[in-house]
Amino acid sequence: MSIQDNKYKHWKLELDEANILWLHMDVAESKVNLLSSAVIDELNAILDDIKKQLPQGVIILSDKKDSFIFGADIKEFTELENQQQAVTFLERGHALMNKLESISCPTVSMIHGMCLGGGTELSLACRYRVMSDENCSRIGLPEIKLGIFPGYGGTVRSIRRAGPLAAMNMMLTGSALPTRVAKKIGLIDEAVPLRQLKHAARHFVMDAPKLKQPGLVQRVANYRILRPLVAAQMRKQVARKAKQQHYPAPYRLIELWKNYASNPEQMLQQEIKEVSKLAINETARNLVRVFFLQEALKKQGKQVEYKARHVHVIGGGIMGGDIASWCAIQGYTVSVQDQSPERLAQTTKRAQTSFKKKYKKDRRAITAASDRLIMDHKGIGVAQADLVIEAIFENAEVKRELYQNIEPRMKEGAILATNTSSIKLEDLSSCLKNPGRLVGLHFFNPVALMPLVEIIHGNNTDPNVLQQASSFARNIGKLPLPVKSSPGFLVNRILMPYLLEAVIMVDEGIAPESIDKAATDFGMPMGPIELADTVGLDICKNVASILSKTMNMELPKNLEQIVKIGHLGKKTGSGFYQYKNGKVQKNKKVQHKNIQEIQDRMIMKLLNESVACLREGIVENADMIDAGVIFGTGFAPFRSGSIHHIHDQGIEKLVNKMIQLEKRFGERFKPDEYWQKLKV
Amino acid sequence: MASKNVYIVDGSRSPQLKARGRQGPFSASDMAVQTARPLLLRNSAAAENIDEVILGCMMPGPDEANIARVVALRLGISQRVPAWTVQRNCASGMQSIDSAFHNIKSGLSDIVLAGGVEVMSHAPLLLNSHMVNWMGGMATARSPMMKIKQLSKLRPHFLKPVIALIRGLTDHVVGLNMGQTAEEIAYRFNISRAQMDEYAVASHQRLAQAYDNGALDEVEVLYDSNGNFYAEDDGLRRDSSVENLARLRPAFDRNYGNVTAGNSAQITDGASWLILASEKAVKKYNLSVLAKISDTQWAGLDPKVMGMGPVHAMTPIMQRNKLSIDDIDYWEINEAFATQVLGCVAAWNEDTYCKEHLKLKKAMGTIPHDRLNIDGGGISLGHPVGASGARIILHLAKLLERKKAKRGLASLCIGGGQGGAMLIEREEKLEQQ
Repeated sequence: MSIQDNKYKHWKLELDEANILWLHMDVAESKVNLLSSAVIDELNAILDDIKKQLPQGVIILSDKKDSFIFGADIKEFTELENQQQAVTFLERGHALMNKLESISCPTVSMIHGMCLGGGTELSLACRYRVMSDENCSRIGLPEIKLGIFPGYGGTVRSIRRAGPLAAMNMMLTGSALPTRVAKKIGLIDEAVPLRQLKHAARHFVMDAPKLKQPGLVQRVANYRILRPLVAAQMRKQVARKAKQQHYPAPYRLIELWKNYASNPEQMLQQEIKEVSKLAINETARNLVRVFFLQEALKKQGKQVEYKARHVHVIGGGIMGGDIASWCAIQGYTVSVQDQSPERLAQTTKRAQTSFKKKYKKDRRAITAASDRLIMDHKGIGVAQADLVIEAIFENAEVKRELYQNIEPRMKEGAILATNTSSIKLEDLSSCLKNPGRLVGLHFFNPVALMPLVEIIHGNNTDPNVLQQASSFARNIGKLPLPVKSSPGFLVNRILMPYLLEAVIMVDEGIAPESIDKAATDFGMPMGPIELADTVGLDICKNVASILSKTMNMELPKNLEQIVKIGHLGKKTGSGFYQYKNGKVQKNKKVQHKNIQEIQDRMIMKLLNESVACLREGIVENADMIDAGVIFGTGFAPFRSGSIHHIHDQGIEKLVNKMIQLEKRFGERFKPDEYWQKLKV
Repeated sequence: MASKNVYIVDGSRSPQLKARGRQGPFSASDMAVQTARPLLLRNSAAAENIDEVILGCMMPGPDEANIARVVALRLGISQRVPAWTVQRNCASGMQSIDSAFHNIKSGLSDIVLAGGVEVMSHAPLLLNSHMVNWMGGMATARSPMMKIKQLSKLRPHFLKPVIALIRGLTDHVVGLNMGQTAEEIAYRFNISRAQMDEYAVASHQRLAQAYDNGALDEVEVLYDSNGNFYAEDDGLRRDSSVENLARLRPAFDRNYGNVTAGNSAQITDGASWLILASEKAVKKYNLSVLAKISDTQWAGLDPKVMGMGPVHAMTPIMQRNKLSIDDIDYWEINEAFATQVLGCVAAWNEDTYCKEHLKLKKAMGTIPHDRLNIDGGGISLGHPVGASGARIILHLAKLLERKKAKRGLASLCIGGGQGGAMLIEREEKLEQQ
């Protein structure tokens, strides 16, 4: 049997005149390469053949467009039922990587595009890695985001190449590194333009240069006596982002390195053991579910092909301006309209700041984005735009007047989108000749960081327009969530009762520090009081007062008072907290004996509202509520969403909690009728 | 297919920003891009079918080789559309319109984006040749000894920079700077300091009035990255007066001259653009038009009196089209210097000059002051050399439209001893389309 036989489904073998074996990965019936069991099994067989008849060298490359290997097949991961199955699953990967590593001729991973997780581990098992420096190229080990850490030997091999500080940092943050950074830390051996990638790969086979070792600092950090110190520092850093009781994986990874870094063989074995334990626990399962929820949202944006070229944004304030500059970053031609050049000058300044934040010192990219962003105080862009996004202040009458003014000038088939956060779409679309073209694109502040966009559809919204709007949100790198037009839509509606309960507790005399602690203990990224201060108390009050009308919710007196005296939160330097140079001043000594009750009061309000939204069919299904609260409010991802959390905790138990709270605090804790239906 | 008529569809210009001893907020391509943006946006049908881009510019920045192409790409105009940069010194902006005109006329192009840009505030300081040679010596010195030897040859005067702007505004063939050529004209036509200053004050007053009456809607607002915006020409002095101007010292001929900074064009940054189209394209895309370009002319003359260029270029147009002064509704003669515009008017008024230099039988006549540069000019709003030619044509077209007038003649003088002129006409019929 010759190794050139192309009997494989996912791999193509090509032996060139220099006797170099080019191993093309091209997973069948898939847009991207995943290291599924079938793919691993085939590669195993190929490696056996290679060992029998060694070529000059082996170069592994991808035949997929602009991507290398996205990692393991996460679906297989979800099918693992117990630790033993997980161990078997991981051992198979380890066997493959070890075999690849043991091949005695030079082996090279030729990376262009995304190289993640198992793909990175595969490349690390090769002797060399060469990588294209194109924008689409990234390399990383993002397993931590799924509640595990690299399990195909990636821990040992990434540390061997990049040193413990750089490699651990990459694994603990799960960030995918651009080529330049990967080269700098030594994770890859060469960074070249795509046009030189094959030359470089061939060079490494033919010349087989000596591998560079990590720098002195990196090597010293790996010394046995220093590791406990370094590990403590790492734990401290991780603790800022993730608590151990919520996210065990990073802490386990640090332990693994601390205990076994001196003995790679043992560390490999321990890696299997640790990852197999993590893989089957609740956190990992929930985080994997979050991954699939994210995929589900992405799919919402793929139902139709929609290519807008020109976006016109009306309103150059913080939201409108940020939406505009985000669209410009995403490659769209954008015109921004506002009443006067004075205002647009501020919009320009803010956009420049966003561009600099995004592109750092890349002058060329900043210029390109700036050139796509047109300040348009006369509003001529309306007539050219495929999509007009209105982001002016919240006043239905003014919005209607604007729509009537611009509709006759809009292109046929152009979509009109509003960024309103509180006005019902039907109240706005009534003035249009073609009400079906109005859809809500509800962005969250800050636009550049918040992944979710609620796609609001009213009774009149054309279903095709809804899908096009979702597709647009996806095209600008956001997660679209279709939501029925009703007060507060989904995210604000679920968030507001939780926030207001927190504000009520402040009124009762409970320290904001205790309230926020209760929330972060639960796993919220930021406590509700600090969040309200950050958003702006005036804005909170406005949204709350709009929602209070329909939701039978009283506006807390203290909120009205604090807004009246002009303490609007972080932006004015004082709100419920005081701020110094934009930094919140918290009293660390504050303690409360019943944090649990504080937590229950807030979280039960949030859960109850989620149930009400489900009953009303605000979004398509329970999964969409979970996705909405995670990506819109930051609801503890390891709990996998509010509805999932309810099922996880047990409906009966939570309803009882509600009833107890109702007895103590009154009607606002009355469980929604739909709790009973959840059981089925 | 050759096109009978060539039309000006629309145009835009930047506010012209005075060079104030430091680099202005925009590079040449920044300015050209921002100025063209709204123009292309409101003329999308034409913008999507541009056949070529032509830009006049004398001093592009070091990163702006063939600046026309840089700008076209930054504007997002298709990569398939070619772009080229033209130079004819002070008439570079008119040269680009002229080149566009000829390419459309001959059928090579149907729609052309043409204009001019100059960012004079970014004109570089250069190393003098002593310094360049010394640095070359340093680079080739191999041994430490040779390096020390070379180091010892450094002299203070090596550090004196060459100011590109001053060199650029000097005619090195005749050895006069532009201001001195203006003094030549004042001498030849006996133009007094008072006349020059009066003319300059009028320029400021006229520009102020034009802004107040909303007569400059071709000016697009520019935005810099620090939160500032620029809506008007910032060299405009509403408080300009003959008394104030009389206090200024002569800028070019020391002590005895009459040409001052106050009665000369300001050194400014600016960009101007026009979209030109063939008759076929106007019909095909249903484009509205401002005017058509009827005739163009270049002329050469003694570089010592380059400011007389306009009369040398305008005369053949008048003859060819059998026009008398009364047939022209409005005149734009670029104000490089007050005395130079006054000199042109005087020359056409004078039998001797017309006979001797223009081969006319007698004087052409008087260009009425109330038909000439009625909305101000280079003295009040500046003369970014590469841009002015396009600016005066654009403004003349806008002016004809505003006044519902028929015919206009735009002209400018060119350092090195040339003149350029362009005749444009408004057709009632097309306006109704």
